[in-house]
Amino acid sequence: MHLGLTEPVRECQYNQICTRNSSPMENVGHTKKRSPQRKWQIFPGRNRFYCNGRLMMARQTGVFYLTLVLIIVTSGLFFTFDCPFLASNLTPAIPVVGGMLLIFVLGMLFRAGFTDPGVLPRATPDEAAFLERQMDATNGSSGPGYRPPPRIKEVVINGQTVKLKYCFTCKIFRPPRTSHCSLCDNCVERFDHHCPWVGNCVGKRNYRFFYLFILSLSFLTVFIFAFVITHVILRSNRTGFLSALKDSPARYPFTKGNCQMLSHITPRSQAGSKHSEVPISVDACVCALVSVWFVAMRACGFYRRWSAFLDGVGLTVLEVVVCFFSVWSIVGLSGFHTYLISSNQTTNEDIKGSWSTKRAKDNYNPYSHGNVLTNCCAALCGPLPPSLIDRRGLIQPDTPQPAPLSNGSSGYTTQLHTHMCDQEQCIQSTKFVLQAATTPLLHSGPVVIGRGGPPLSGKSSLGVTCSSLAPNQPSLPSSMPGLSCAGDMLALRDPETHCHHHHFVSPEETPSPPGPMPLTLPCTAHAGHLNPAQLYDPASQDSLHEDSVRGLVKLSSV
Amino acid sequence: MAETHSLQDLRHQAAIASKVYVQRDYNSGTICKFQTKFPSELESRVDRQQFEETMQTLNNLYAEAEKIGGKSYLEGCLACMTAYTVFLCMETHYEKVLKKIAKFIKEQNEKIYAPQGLLLTDPIERGLRVVEIIIFEDRSISSGR
Repeated sequence: MHLGLTEPVRECQYNQICTRNSSPMENVGHTKKRSPQRKWQIFPGRNRFYCNGRLMMARQTGVFYLTLVLIIVTSGLFFTFDCPFLASNLTPAIPVVGGMLLIFVLGMLFRAGFTDPGVLPRATPDEAAFLERQMDATNGSSGPGYRPPPRIKEVVINGQTVKLKYCFTCKIFRPPRTSHCSLCDNCVERFDHHCPWVGNCVGKRNYRFFYLFILSLSFLTVFIFAFVITHVILRSNRTGFLSALKDSPARYPFTKGNCQMLSHITPRSQAGSKHSEVPISVDACVCALVSVWFVAMRACGFYRRWSAFLDGVGLTVLEVVVCFFSVWSIVGLSGFHTYLISSNQTTNEDIKGSWSTKRAKDNYNPYSHGNVLTNCCAALCGPLPPSLIDRRGLIQPDTPQPAPLSNGSSGYTTQLHTHMCDQEQCIQSTKFVLQAATTPLLHSGPVVIGRGGPPLSGKSSLGVTCSSLAPNQPSLPSSMPGLSCAGDMLALRDPETHCHHHHFVSPEETPSPPGPMPLTLPCTAHAGHLNPAQLYDPASQDSLHEDSVRGLVKLSSV
Repeated sequence: MAETHSLQDLRHQAAIASKVYVQRDYNSGTICKFQTKFPSELESRVDRQQFEETMQTLNNLYAEAEKIGGKSYLEGCLACMTAYTVFLCMETHYEKVLKKIAKFIKEQNEKIYAPQGLLLTDPIERGLRVVEIIIFEDRSISSGR
């Protein structure tokens, strides 16, 4: 029953009418569709909800499952094969401590991954209209040909001037430290970064869980690493590994050579132990785990300076170096975040150098409490703010819903009317997006989208009423989880691949309003079968849409 | 019960003339604080000082919710040690204060604003971004005086 574009429209219409007209009693005997809708079901961002709105994640969760598998498999192998030996020969506290650490790691991973990071709900239509009126009043009314100036408010916080940008997708002025995540299509408070490894953004509400996760994971990794080495050494002491080591070139236990050596040793030790082949598999898994983490940390941009060096030297450097640095990279990431917490900065701010003295001599962080201890306590033990998006609330007939399209209409239109008007515009804009996305664009400049990048109201039009359409979009932004942690880091690493990704995102972003945005993107487009004017006729009366149309015509004509 | 009933009636029966949004004040950082500046649209409806007092009390309540001190640290440490399962049984301090705020707003609406044809919306329903003030048309409120 997939009728393409029209089906979700019909579904939405049906739901809307249902909520308004049917009484709660009638719903009891009917099918699931007629039951009162919860707000998470019409959430405009690109998130997934589980357990009827209790759990919330980003759309791409593949890497999260990989993280889970890696941790569980490695720990499982450790407990199955190393712990019996260690418990009997050293102390039974080892598996107990390991088990507690594992449970804590998994707990923090789930908490970081499933918690609402601090998403700001989008503005209601009335609110958006009020802001627009205020902005017009301050900026002066603009004629049809005039591009409105960038929408920025300046505030002075603790003596520092901070610029608050207007988010075109969410139709709000972003509070300080808030950034728009283009992967999740939400404004997130105190946005740190989007982490594919936990499958969610890291923001105000889940930063402490993320930090405790990486901290406990460092302890767990070092714990397993240390005790696996201990196991190998103790076992080899019994089977004369050291004497074998004297005969062969001295190598670190985890090099490929040693793994082969161990396999030579195992026939000898087979008589004495059931777990002869095990050390190799455990070691290999630990290597795999730490190597993957190492690659991940590089991808997260932590070693941005080191990656250039390593690219030259290549990952064919001795495995021991990789393993050694891998463990240290998780530990290093924990250290990096400890530094961020103690100075009360976000990854976003640190990478941009917002409070660095290199920018200006008198630049300082206005959010810092001045004291390392206070900063740490505030970040980790401070009050946990509640979720601002009422996920499990029931949709009331008179609840104002965020406007799917920024058509700038002020108005106290009913929800149903807004929905039905916007559905048609939604279909049109969707058609345009699909057409635009099939037209390749050449990208000639950096486009920051990983961290609170250009606000995009076009996406919201696809989000609200036609959420099922989202997968039909050239789902390219969602196909690059690696872009998340530090967009421009990856761009530096592999400019061609990521540029390609970047410019596939841009046509999606251009359909709606942002006045200055499409014109400032340094993109050139191959002539398309783009005919934006035709598709936008219904909306062309609005000056904002005219701007975007103009922008698109420019794009397609170059 | 009767009072809430009248507020509901107000919302459904009276025609909405306009809505005013009081924005956040970020001059003290990221803490939740609303501007106390009196909006011009409310000139004829409510006393300036009354409004400013309401906003100030609201700001104080939010400051209490977000206060970083001994009690919040204790709560945070306890939560961490129990792997945050303690919040399945107990409310966070912030949630308790939010309930207090909801009660305060309802009280203010009933006593001061509804009789003047105004309705304050709890900021939590707007994501703590704005305080929405709905201005109803005069004709339906004449009996309130």
